[in-house]
Amino acid sequence: MMLGMALPAFSQEDPVEGAKVFKRCFSCHMVGPDAFNRTGPVLNDLFGRRAGTVEGFKYSDDMLREGAGGLEWHPDTLDAFIENPKVLVSRTKMRFSGIKDPVDRSNLIAFLRQYSDSPANIPEADPTIVPRDPDVDPEILAITGDPDYGAYLSGECTTCHQVDGGDEGIPSITGWEPVDFVTALHAYKNKHRKHPVMQMMAARLSDEEIAALAAYFQNIEQ
Amino acid sequence: MKMNRRGFLGAGVATAATLSAPMVLGASHGKPKVVVIGGGAGGATVARYIAKDSDGMIDVTLIEPTRTYYTCFFSNLYIGGFRDFASIGHSYGTLAAEYGINVVHDWAVGVDRDARTVALASGSKVPYDKLIISPGIDFVDGAVPGWDVSAQNAMPHAYKAGSQTQLLKAQIEAMPQGGTFAMVAPPNPYRCPPGPYERVSMVAHVLKDINPTAKILIVDPKPKFSKQGLFEEGWQKHYSGMIERIGPDFGGNNVSVRPGSMEIDIDGEVEKVDVCNVIPAQKAGRIAELAGVTDESGWAPVRPQDMRSRMDENIYVLGDASAQGDMPKSGFSANSQAKVCAMGVRNVLTGSKTFPARYSNTCWSLIDTDDGIKVGASYEATDEKIAKTSGFVSKTGEDAALRKQTYEESVGWYAGITADMFG
Ligand SMILES: Cc1cc2nc3c(=O)[nH]c(=O)nc-3n(C[C@H](O)[C@H](O)[C@H](O)COP(=O)(O)OP(=O)(O)OC[C@H]3O[C@@H](n4cnc5c(N)ncnc54)[C@H](O)[C@@H]3O)c2cc1C
Ligand code: HEC
Ligand code: HEC
Repeated sequence: MMLGMALPAFSQEDPVEGAKVFKRCFSCHMVGPDAFNRTGPVLNDLFGRRAGTVEGFKYSDDMLREGAGGLEWHPDTLDAFIENPKVLVSRTKMRFSGIKDPVDRSNLIAFLRQYSDSPANIPEADPTIVPRDPDVDPEILAITGDPDYGAYLSGECTTCHQVDGGDEGIPSITGWEPVDFVTALHAYKNKHRKHPVMQMMAARLSDEEIAALAAYFQNIEQ
Repeated sequence: MKMNRRGFLGAGVATAATLSAPMVLGASHGKPKVVVIGGGAGGATVARYIAKDSDGMIDVTLIEPTRTYYTCFFSNLYIGGFRDFASIGHSYGTLAAEYGINVVHDWAVGVDRDARTVALASGSKVPYDKLIISPGIDFVDGAVPGWDVSAQNAMPHAYKAGSQTQLLKAQIEAMPQGGTFAMVAPPNPYRCPPGPYERVSMVAHVLKDINPTAKILIVDPKPKFSKQGLFEEGWQKHYSGMIERIGPDFGGNNVSVRPGSMEIDIDGEVEKVDVCNVIPAQKAGRIAELAGVTDESGWAPVRPQDMRSRMDENIYVLGDASAQGDMPKSGFSANSQAKVCAMGVRNVLTGSKTFPARYSNTCWSLIDTDDGIKVGASYEATDEKIAKTSGFVSKTGEDAALRKQTYEESVGWYAGITADMFG
């Protein structure tokens, strides 16, 4: 190994250190043989599991929708979720602001792996997923959107998302905090969220256009 | 088009209090005037967006003969028993009352491009500064030998929604046990590429339940069709052995019908059937032809930037009737085009801001209960045409949770697009 080269985060993972990080989850989640659902669902057998499928736990609609849409827990998706839960699930019930330190996250993931069947067989990361650090750049979050431009662009959205806030089958996007809105759209654009329609819609939106849409939809009353 | 005299006499004039009698006043008098022919996916959307975004600076008149618009989209789900008929009907009340649009329930029967007036069946004339035509489709005469619109009661097309859809559903439900439902599918291009195959799925869904020994025969002039792999996988899974498709390699492109005896002749082989759904080859709605904005293809060529006719700078053509490039003829496309067009028309008339055109489309289809699929793409305006930039399609082998979610999305989309059209 060459000196001076940054090692990928996963190679440093340390489950013992991870146990300490898990203290930040412990107020809501349990792991281990006697675990049961508390504020959050049991985190045993997490790896390879569809999001939102622990029996008896009442998830948010958004978590259920992402699960049905194909979100599964793997090192890469967990890493993104733990860094900022709203990247993957905008209106999740998990009220947790995230862990920004990548080393803490990989240690925590190593800790959680011990509570899945045959952890040794779990790949460290899906080979297809390259981008890490899904949190949106503060500079992008700071862009002030032009609501008039957003109003024009919104024509493309309201074919599916109702302006009156109806959310039958397709989530409502009116009255959101811009930061959540922008985070969600960048998650589609960067392919952290997999929904094909929204990936396509977000792919051709620039940072300014996303900000403009956020500014417009924020002020639509339901 | 069913233009009988009785229809005209019956067609009264709109509901709105704001309605001014459509007398000729001479165009460009006072506020700029936009006239929209056809209150469907393209026409209702464009009327609503122009009225909504111009703050009363543009006078919008919408000419549409029917008082209730039945959407073709989800009409197959009505046939399959997933929607009731009333749920696919929409009135123009909100467009008139809340958006101040003059809704005129009449047929447009001619366009005088020099005088810039639209002639109505009632005899009056409506002046315009800009005319937007979104009349949907008509059928090519003689496309299926033996069939013309006078045979549509014996062999319905159900490709314009309404009483035709109800008739087809009733015929399917009245089929004798073990009978045959036949569909004569159209050649490209036609409205809603997956539409005929979604319809077959819905017919199969009904028959499986009430008439499990019945057969479905598709006579198809096209070698391939939209989402074919997905449909065929679904048919195998849900309706195994029920559906037979005769493509052009077995004479599917050489078909004629005899509505009197309920027979179809497929490349010389005569089959007697119980229900025959004939979906003929299509062209732009006739009023586009009468306005002189169609070409030899039967469709109306438009500029990709704003859907303006290539034949007349005061006319725009939307939706199925237009020849624009890569977008499929769908309600989603018509709605998308309408918003770009509304921006362009407002800009020309009032100098409002414009932004580069953006178009997109997604078409969902239902194969069986909770088994939905979709295909979609986004498009941009190039000099030559509306060109596809990227797209996606559902995959074979997807699990049940995803298919159910896809169906639920389509229900959400239906609520969204109809709200976007009718307010
Ligand atoms: C079975 C079926 C299923 C479909 N499913 C889908 C789907 O799931 N998703 C999707 O996006 N699309 C779907 N479509 C396609 C969609 O219905 C059409 O592409 C869409 O309606 C086209 O919009 P338009 O404005 O061009 O025409 P239309 O919506 O047909 O509107 C035309 C209107 O013009 C009026 N008109 C015609 N001539 C005149 C005249 N001379 N004067 C005044 N008014 C006139 C008509 O009465 C009509 O109301 C489906 C179509 C069918 C047949
Ligand atoms: C304040 C309580 C709370 C804290 C702290 C918390 N969670 Fe959660 N967590 C939840 C809730 C509630 C849900 C269900 C979310 C939903 O339905 O939207 C959840 C869901 C999850 C899920 C998805 C589980 C599934 O079955 O799909 C994972 C993974 C998860 N949390 C991991 C963590 C980790 C790791 C931590 C610590 C870094 C953590 N959570 C901290 C409350 C919490
Ligand atoms: C063809 C239909 C369609 C169009 C058009 C569309 N969306 Fe979406 N959108 C969806 C669906 C379906 C979802 C749920 C996706 C998922 O499960 O991740 C969604 C999700 C979202 C979310 C996240 C919602 C949540 O609760 O997590 C946002 C934000 C969003 N869309 C914004 C937009 C914007 C902005 C536009 C226009 C530029 C747009 N959408 C256009 C269908 C559409």
